[in-house]
Formats: sequence, structure tokens, C-alpha cells
Amino acid sequence: MTADTETAVAVEDVAKRFGSTIAVGGVSFAVPRSELFGFIGPDGAGKTTLFRILATLLVPDRGRARVLGHDVVTDLWALRSRIGYMPGRFSLYPDLSVDENLRFFASVFGTTLDREYRQIAPIYRQLEPFKTRRASALSGGMKQKLALCCALVHRPDILLLDEPTTGVDAVSRREFWDLLGTFKKSGMTILVSTPYMDEANRCDRIALIQGGRLLAIDTPRAVADSFDRPLFAIRSSDRYRLLKALRGWPHTHAVYPFGESLHYADRRTDAPTDRLRDDLRDFLTARGFTDAVVEPASPTVEDSFIARMGGPDGARAA
Amino acid sequence: MTATNAIVARDLTRTFGRFTAVDHITFEIAAGEVFGFLGANGAGKTTAIRMLTGLLAPTSGQASVAGHDVYREAERIKRDIGYMSQRFSLYEDLTVVENIRLYGGIYDLTDRDIAERTALMLERLGLGHAADQFVRAIPLGWRQKLAFSVALLHEPKVVFLDEPTSGVDPITRRQFWELIYEAAARGTTVLVTTHYLDEAEYCDRISIMVDGRIAAIGTPAELKHTFGAASIDDVFVRLARAHPPEGKSEARP
Repeated sequence: MTADTETAVAVEDVAKRFGSTIAVGGVSFAVPRSELFGFIGPDGAGKTTLFRILATLLVPDRGRARVLGHDVVTDLWALRSRIGYMPGRFSLYPDLSVDENLRFFASVFGTTLDREYRQIAPIYRQLEPFKTRRASALSGGMKQKLALCCALVHRPDILLLDEPTTGVDAVSRREFWDLLGTFKKSGMTILVSTPYMDEANRCDRIALIQGGRLLAIDTPRAVADSFDRPLFAIRSSDRYRLLKALRGWPHTHAVYPFGESLHYADRRTDAPTDRLRDDLRDFLTARGFTDAVVEPASPTVEDSFIARMGGPDGARAA
Repeated sequence: MTATNAIVARDLTRTFGRFTAVDHITFEIAAGEVFGFLGANGAGKTTAIRMLTGLLAPTSGQASVAGHDVYREAERIKRDIGYMSQRFSLYEDLTVVENIRLYGGIYDLTDRDIAERTALMLERLGLGHAADQFVRAIPLGWRQKLAFSVALLHEPKVVFLDEPTSGVDPITRRQFWELIYEAAARGTTVLVTTHYLDEAEYCDRISIMVDGRIAAIGTPAELKHTFGAASIDDVFVRLARAHPPEGKSEARP
């Protein structure tokens, strides 16, 4: 196999600015075929611009992007019918029914719903009970599924999904990721973006993106493990006071709310964990936190993201 | 209804035609509490919030907010609450200071109060340099923190936050939550909705709505214990998945 048939997406130094705003600031990455690749980052990080460039809808200022071996600028017509693109903003026809939307998108690509039924069956079966309902009357989760269905109806080789789960409740989000797993098994390459850090673990590999730059590219596990400080989870009934107390401790590198506890990273990178934990306990007891529980914690993708942004005060400077 | 409760709802119900959006919900939120109001899309959260903010009359049941009855004193409720949503909060074509002045005017603050509170707010947020910038030009994270502070400008007793941190980076999200804690420490009651279920753990108590009813209510620890779940995410999925909302009748407001 040549590099072109194994690599689904190859991006070299792609940049795009709008006026004085740098949306994407020179990024490079490659995605092999059949990979589920996630861009994890907040609004304004550059995810949408990058997806629009890959979908041949926007021309980069510099750099080169190839999708399925085709250049996105010079070879866009060969590429368009092979890409399934789901924009971040809901972009189906709200006045058309579920079925009418699907038939329309199928016809644009010169095919029919009946001919493509097998391809979209896993997702279409969930929509079928509502096929006469107008798209505008669907819940958020169902809208996203319909949009995915429309992006799949012409049997693309690659899916570009821009924030498909944003604003959708936790149950629908899980179902959506389960569906992506199903399509991945069929050999499809999937690029997906999300602001939800917990969704990173559903991807084969991820890129952390912020301010138009890629902060890291690796497997979710490796990104999480790249967090290089002793990390503890600390709990107490009075979280806010606990947070303020720890902010004032000289050994604190970073402390921030994390689920039911606070995550605390220590400045002392070479001390044994047990000693740091005992130190912390003594400090908290002296400050009157008699119910505080201190336990070593495994870093997550989100801890790593926060550290790479420059710690909890990083956003202030950004 | 006691003076220490900021929000009281008893059998609060709202129907639209044959569709029951909110179905006899009963709960109390204490003054100064941070209360997470959770539920799947279409579970009835928005309808419930519209009733509690005096924007929609209930079909039946009782509710009071900041001591005012939702049927008879809707206008007084509006004066005593703050509201912020992810979708709309500030005017993008006005500057930071113009937005603050506009909201101050809407709530009948004096020019002197507006000037003093503006200065204090900009200093606390570290936004002094951006005072005369258009809101559309400042980063989303700042905008959300500013919107929250503007919602508190008239010192409301209760503030409603509808997905305030949607799409915001993980650091700004946490800074936002510290603003919430600060407000609660000053005695403001906070009712917040979110799709980030790790944020549910930041609340004093939470409720989970399913099909118009409150299916669970308590502290995050209590709910996890009751359902034998490792996280609120698991509790939520278990409750909401048992009742797929699409099976219901048509209209969803």
C-alpha cells in the first residue's frame, strides 16, 4: 500500500485568518484510514475553520491539506462526493419532514433512500418512527441523528462531524458515540470535534486544540498520562473554602474543581506521593478541614488540557 | 412557605394541549443554595424555568420565588431575579459598559449605583481594558463571565443560569463556577442547568427531571449512593434512558 491509500487526511502547516483574527495558526497532522480521530477544544479554538477547510468549503491562506489523496483546493470536485460533512450549526430543512430531508440529500448526490437503506440502517431505524415529523419538531438528540443520517446517505468514505454532540443531553450523546463506533467498524474514517473532554476517551486518537493551535496529538491515554505532576483528589463538605485555603498554600502548583472533588497538583515533582499526601492532610487539619479526604488521583485528558493551557490561570492570560 | 426558602414549588404543572410538559413537580431551594436543575432535552426544564421566572402561567399547582407568588406577583419576581442563558445574554453590538448601563437602567438603578457597580465589576473581572469594546469582540469565556455579573447587577435574590458554560474551555468553566460560589457565599440563590454532568457535582443539591417529573432530588453524594452509581453521569443515564422522550406526543415548546 502506498502512503496515499493508508492516509485519509494529511495536513501540513495549514493556516487561516479572518481579518486580524487567527482562526487556525499553522497546524499539521495526519489521520490514517479507519481511525476515529477527535479534536477536543472550546468554542473559538479553530475547530470549525479546520473542518470547513477539510470539507473543501474554505481555502486556507497557506499550507496544504489532502483528503483521501486529493488536494482540498485543487481537486475539490473529486472529493466532494466522498465526504460526509455535518456542520456544527443545524443545517437541515426545518420545514421538511425527516424522510423528506433524507430523500433530498440523497437526490443531491444522485442516489435514493431505498438504494442506500443498508448503509444508514443502524441510525435510520431509530428515526423511522418519526419519519413524517418535521425536522424542527425533533429533540436535540434526534436532530443530530438525522443530520448524521443525511451526511451518510451518499456512502462517503470519510465523515467530518463538527461538534455533533454540543448542547445535546448526556443520554443522546452516549447513543451518538455508540453509533459512531458502529460506522467505524465498517472501515469508515471519522473526524469529529467536541468541547466535552469526557468524549475524548471514545476516540482512537485526539488532538487538543486551543487558540488555533494543536496542543497535543496522541491517544487519549497518552495525552492524560503526559500530565507530569503529582495529582491528588481532595474532598470536603465546604468546597469553596477548601479551594481558597489551598490557593494560599505555597506548595500548590494548581487547584481546581473536578467532579465531586478538587484536583490538586503539587509543585514538588520529586517527593514521594505518601509524603505529599501526609503533608496535605496535616495542612488541611490545621486549617480546620476535619472531614477532608485526600487521595492520589489519575490524571485525565482534561487535567492535561488545563496544564497545557498554562494552569487554571492560563485562560486569563490568553 | 418559610422565609429561608428562595424557591418553593408544590405540584407545579403546565400542559400544552394534551401534552403535559411539567407534571406536578414539588421541591424547595434554600436561600444561598447552588441547585443543579438537570434533565434530558425535552424533559420539561425550560417550561419549569419559564414558570419560576414569571414568564409563563402554570396550569395548576403553586410556586413562589423570592417570596412572591408566581400567579399574582410575576412582575415582582422579575425584579428580584437575575437570568442568564448561553443563547442570549448580552447585546453584541453594544460595548461592555453600554450593556451594563442598559441593564442597570432596565432595573431602575440610579446613575450613581450604575457607575459604582460598573467600576467594581470591571475590576473584579479584570476587564477594565475592555470597557469600551464591543461585546462581540471579546472572547466567549469573558462574555459569559460578564453576562453572569450583569445578571447580578441589581443584586437579585435568585439567579437562573441556563447552560451558562456551554462550549467554554475547561479553565474558564472553572473560573465561572468560582463566580457562582462567590455569589452563593454572599447569599444569592443559584439555579443552574448544564449538560456537563461533572458540573452537577459542583452543586449543593440537584434534581433530575424525566418526562415532566422530578425523578430524583438530593445532594450529588446522596443520589450516587441511592442509585449505586459511580458518577452523576451514570445516575442521569440510568434515569433518562428508562424513559425515551421521543415516545411522547408531538409539541415540545
